[in-house]
Amino acid sequence: MPNEQPYIRVDNLQLIFGKGKRLQQAQHLYNDGATNAEIREQTRCTVGVRYADFHIKKGETFVIVGLSGSGKSSLIRCFNRLNKATGGSITIDGMDVTKLDKKELLELRRNKISMVFQSFGLLSHRTVLANVEYGLEVKGIPNKDRDEMAKQAIELVGLKGWETYYPHQLSGGMKQRVGLARAIANDPDILLMDEPYSALDPLIRREMQKELLNLEDYIDKTIVFITHDMNEAFRLGDRIALMKDGEIVQLGKPASFFENPANDYVRDFIADVDKTQVLRAKQIMKEIPVSFTPDTPRTDARDKLAELELDVAFVTDEENHYLGYVTFEDLDVSRKMTVEKLLKTDLEPYYRQNFIKDLISLLDEADYDVPIVDSKNRLRGSICHEVLLSAIS
Amino acid sequence: MLEYPDFLKFSIAPIFDVIVDWILTNLSALFDFITLVIANLFNGVEAALSFVPWWLFVMIVFLLGKKYYDYKMASLLGVMMFAIGMFDLWDSMIYTIAIVLISVIVSLVVGLPVGILMAKNERIEQILKPVLDAMQTMPSFVYLIPAVMLFGLGRVPAVFATTIYAIPPLIRLTYLGITGVDKEVIEAGKAYGSTPAQMLFKIELPQALATIMTGVNQTTMMAMAMVVISSMIGAEGIGEEVLIAIRRLEVGRGFQAGFAIVFLAIILDRLLQGAANSLEGGTVHAE
Ligand SMILES: Nc1ncnc2c1ncn2[C@@H]1O[C@H](COP(=O)(O)OP(=O)(O)O)[C@@H](O)[C@H]1O
Ligand SMILES: [Mg+2]
Repeated sequence: MPNEQPYIRVDNLQLIFGKGKRLQQAQHLYNDGATNAEIREQTRCTVGVRYADFHIKKGETFVIVGLSGSGKSSLIRCFNRLNKATGGSITIDGMDVTKLDKKELLELRRNKISMVFQSFGLLSHRTVLANVEYGLEVKGIPNKDRDEMAKQAIELVGLKGWETYYPHQLSGGMKQRVGLARAIANDPDILLMDEPYSALDPLIRREMQKELLNLEDYIDKTIVFITHDMNEAFRLGDRIALMKDGEIVQLGKPASFFENPANDYVRDFIADVDKTQVLRAKQIMKEIPVSFTPDTPRTDARDKLAELELDVAFVTDEENHYLGYVTFEDLDVSRKMTVEKLLKTDLEPYYRQNFIKDLISLLDEADYDVPIVDSKNRLRGSICHEVLLSAIS
Repeated sequence: MLEYPDFLKFSIAPIFDVIVDWILTNLSALFDFITLVIANLFNGVEAALSFVPWWLFVMIVFLLGKKYYDYKMASLLGVMMFAIGMFDLWDSMIYTIAIVLISVIVSLVVGLPVGILMAKNERIEQILKPVLDAMQTMPSFVYLIPAVMLFGLGRVPAVFATTIYAIPPLIRLTYLGITGVDKEVIEAGKAYGSTPAQMLFKIELPQALATIMTGVNQTTMMAMAMVVISSMIGAEGIGEEVLIAIRRLEVGRGFQAGFAIVFLAIILDRLLQGAANSLEGGTVHAE
């Protein structure tokens, strides 16, 4: 399957800040297994990235998280060669970024990768529209076309009507929307976002995160997102890499960090994370033991439930769309022929991409498990009280 | 023992004499050419300025004052301009403005690229920084000497000396403006695939514009100061008035010319600053 092919492949990447003899000496120490502190002490070179080795899948939102100074920016900047790696390689779509010549590098930056910056990096002498057009302008897209493309991007980030304003007339959140619009106007395959929301108020930050998640439905991009905020990382990431001192300490799906943290550092790092705000329903739901279609005979259903010692079961149509549920009690006492007549619909299904925070009150009210569905309302699993409690404890 | 011993005395004056001699014998053609260019430029500019009627001059100053500031400032600047005419110094002023204008233009033509090079190249930066420092502390009179040696007396050496004296702030502020562009803005430029030329013209120069304008203002003010002094080597203009007044000990005449210089300086300063501020709307507000 092409989708499962690694799209970006980072192989044994090394980045040491330094020059000439000092750098050579530092690399020598590095190969001998010296620590960052030792290398800095002896050569005054800083190790930015150490043995980074991972891949990113196409369309994935990959989050790199870590404390300030842990090497996140150093790493992400190797992707579009704002930093030149001193060892190892980065292969994007089969092309080794570390070996590109000047012209190929311009091509890469103009067409394949866009970047969003922490303090926005907007051109203060240009209007919103002209800022968004910048990438199109440098690669020589004719005036009329780029106006069109820029306006589309501006609309997508919700800034329609602000085209003629200057950056200093906008709020922080709006400035970052301009930054995002500039990035997607180029229609790149890859979006690099280096702490894009760290400079924003918490409230705006949440809003921007939500918008980014929504945006992913419209634009099909591979996103490499950097943050120092673990909550943000879990909220956004399909997979997460946790960095410390230039090294990746743990890498995996969000839930895996809770299930088996690699060490005490990881445990400490995720200690403050409010799981209900970052875990999604799909990450903790259980499989459905049995479900019925409306035309299932009542007695069959009753016997099945008795056999499994369950007192409730979900009902779906032929295509697995969620319809409602039936209880053992009803099945047992009723005289109706099929399940259809006993169907109850007072149990709202829960969208599997949603965070589990709203499930708590939902489960408190409901007497039964909550059905979990996908965006097409197909039944995918269920969550009961015990599962939820064990997930958030 | 109190006096400085003779055997330790060493004069560096002959070195410069030799250098200038060498230049004069070997590069005379070059200096003839420069003389020709500056002289023609000067005549052109002076003719153009003289062509403008005096009342139009006053009006332009007034209107610009109103555009950049308010009626009060506009009236003040207009009256100052008018006063210079009243003092019977109008023609001298035109002459002075011509020298200042040409010096500023030459400063721009030379200073901008030098400032840019300085910002881009560490070597050049290291060499030019102390040179600029030295130039800015050098007494202005010193520039008169090579000017006279290379170009004789008159308007051409005056333009030469004025330019040399006035150019450092423009170079320095161009350099500062470009190196001071927000790091992330530069990175954004790179990340979107700008060529070095696109970087310079689409990002660095526009971002540095306000700072460069400050440099233009300072350079103009320095040129104003120098143009007075260069009357000592035969430049006409308001400075000459001061010089004559000093020679004849005519105190009143000296002050009148002095005020004319101050007025002209204020007018130029305010208008240039106004122009710089009006640019800022879209340029400086970093964050
Ligand atoms: N251009 C550079 N030159 C030298 N050291 C650098 C440079 N950029 C970053 N560093 C150092 O590399 C380390 C990692 O920095 P960075 O990647 O910016 O961390 P983060 O983005 O995670 O906060 C820090 O110690 C920092 O001081
Ligand atoms: Mg960083």
